[in-house]
Amino acid sequence: MNKQTKITGKIWIIKDENGCFVDDIDTDQIFHNKYLAITDIEKMGEYAFSNLDGWEDFPDKVKEGDILVVGANFGAGSSRQQAVDCFTALGVKLIIGESFGAIYWRNAVNSGVPILVCEGIKETRLNDRDEIEVDLLSGEIVRVSGSDPLPCAKPFTKIQKDIYESGSLLEYGKKVR
Amino acid sequence: MGKTVIEKIITFHCSGDFNCEATPGSVVWMDLDVRTARDFGGPNVVKNLLESYESDRVADPGKTFFTFDTVAPANNIPYAQNQQICRKFAAENGIRVFDVNSGIGTHTLMEKGIVLPGYTAVGTDSHYNILGAINAFGQGMGDIDIAFAFKTGKTWLEVPSTVRVNLIGMPTELVSPKDVVLRLLQEFGASSLLGKTVELYGDYVTELSMDGRITIASMATEMGLITIFPEVSDRMMEFCKQHINANLEAVQADEDARYDSEYNIEIGNLKPLLAAPFHPHNVHEVSEYEGVKVDSVFLGSCTNGRIDDLEAAMEVLDGKRIKDGVMFKVVPSTRKIYQEAMERGILEKLFNAGAIISHAACAGCASGQLGMTGEDEVQLSTANRNFKGKQGKGKTFLVSPATAAISALEGKITVPV
Repeated sequence: MNKQTKITGKIWIIKDENGCFVDDIDTDQIFHNKYLAITDIEKMGEYAFSNLDGWEDFPDKVKEGDILVVGANFGAGSSRQQAVDCFTALGVKLIIGESFGAIYWRNAVNSGVPILVCEGIKETRLNDRDEIEVDLLSGEIVRVSGSDPLPCAKPFTKIQKDIYESGSLLEYGKKVR
Repeated sequence: MGKTVIEKIITFHCSGDFNCEATPGSVVWMDLDVRTARDFGGPNVVKNLLESYESDRVADPGKTFFTFDTVAPANNIPYAQNQQICRKFAAENGIRVFDVNSGIGTHTLMEKGIVLPGYTAVGTDSHYNILGAINAFGQGMGDIDIAFAFKTGKTWLEVPSTVRVNLIGMPTELVSPKDVVLRLLQEFGASSLLGKTVELYGDYVTELSMDGRITIASMATEMGLITIFPEVSDRMMEFCKQHINANLEAVQADEDARYDSEYNIEIGNLKPLLAAPFHPHNVHEVSEYEGVKVDSVFLGSCTNGRIDDLEAAMEVLDGKRIKDGVMFKVVPSTRKIYQEAMERGILEKLFNAGAIISHAACAGCASGQLGMTGEDEVQLSTANRNFKGKQGKGKTFLVSPATAAISALEGKITVPV
């Protein structure tokens, strides 16, 4: 199976009321611990960002195929897979950030969700609903309309590519054993 | 070339089928000595295994465990059902369950000698790296990772680089291991060492009690670290040798190991610290907040629920009464600690001072197992996270057991004396 390696979509930039990137967003802000008993991915979407000031209505705003752009250390905190799965449930196709919590990063990679680190993304002049195209294998990010340069993300690592192409770590596990 | 502790542990566990060069940045496949799931994450692990694989879902039941500690016993129907899903899967696959009467899973693994120095272990607990306290590599993971670990006994890993941190000096007795780890959070914040490992050295570290080592290792995640390895000590080896007769060998870094960077942190003049709302790295001296009215106190968690911690609170509260109107909740980390605290009269003294004593579990850190905070409520917690909304609508300060106890006594934030 050959998966899409270029992703185009409109972005949501997770900023605060002053227009600044929010760093250190923890998993309790993304998917609060009171919902952790939920195990069906489809039911997780409505709780995405329900504990993040100003973003409680994100599940109503986001559209299938959108891209999430986040600041530093996104997904700090707990090991909950739901903090990735809730975005999958909403149809988010890609997460780009300045940096990620280590467990969050793995959880996204393992569930086959494209996730890229892009140092310098916070300094760009991207706006909500801008449309960008991202090449997962080269890390190149371009604005669909417009020519101002955007920083390059770190491309997929080999393991990330292998798991992505398989669909998830669990599917990948069937191949390698 | 020399290797750091984590590079050595990974090299010893390189999985045979794959090329392994445990140098920072390389991706390796690693064999796991222990893999566990909790009542949180566990049901999703089971679901992943049932949906993805038709048979042979557990590579080695003897190395696989469930530990129920998140909502123990279940106080709502979804958690009760999730625990049953895990129990049923465990029974069908010959997996041992440390059920709701056991306490915090990672502490159980250390207490029973299931994890020993040099081991690799993973589980659905983001504070799994607490196992660094006994020189083992633990890593908290999501339910896909853990399902894969149950199935194969392996995991993939990008080898982290190692930072060497030397603690210089010896603080006074008023300063606890919690204050020291808060000092590290103050220095490094939540992400300046993101994805790295820390080796911690110094006389303070080698003299530290086992409980103190656990407190310090438990907050690696709040610094964005993969793990903290406090220097191997005699006290650590004594603790680990309780469980096995065989010769135990800890993993030490080579003298010519290569470090990403090195820091010296002076702790000789350290004063008691706290983390103010809403970030564990929002660290200040307790004295800066002295006098803030306190509504509730939680003494427990994987960070500060051990005998040393209960004892520190008892010493402050012995023969006294907690201020009227302050709710003081005490939760030992494990059933064994509960028993010891009971037999030594620690719980009785805390009870007589007015404390609520609850059964061993994650308690204040889990969803409402031990109550939540209301709007404007000020909670002092000995745990490791004070994120906005995590424990309710109130404001949580992270403190040491001694600061928690004296503040409960005074009804306001107070510096230990």
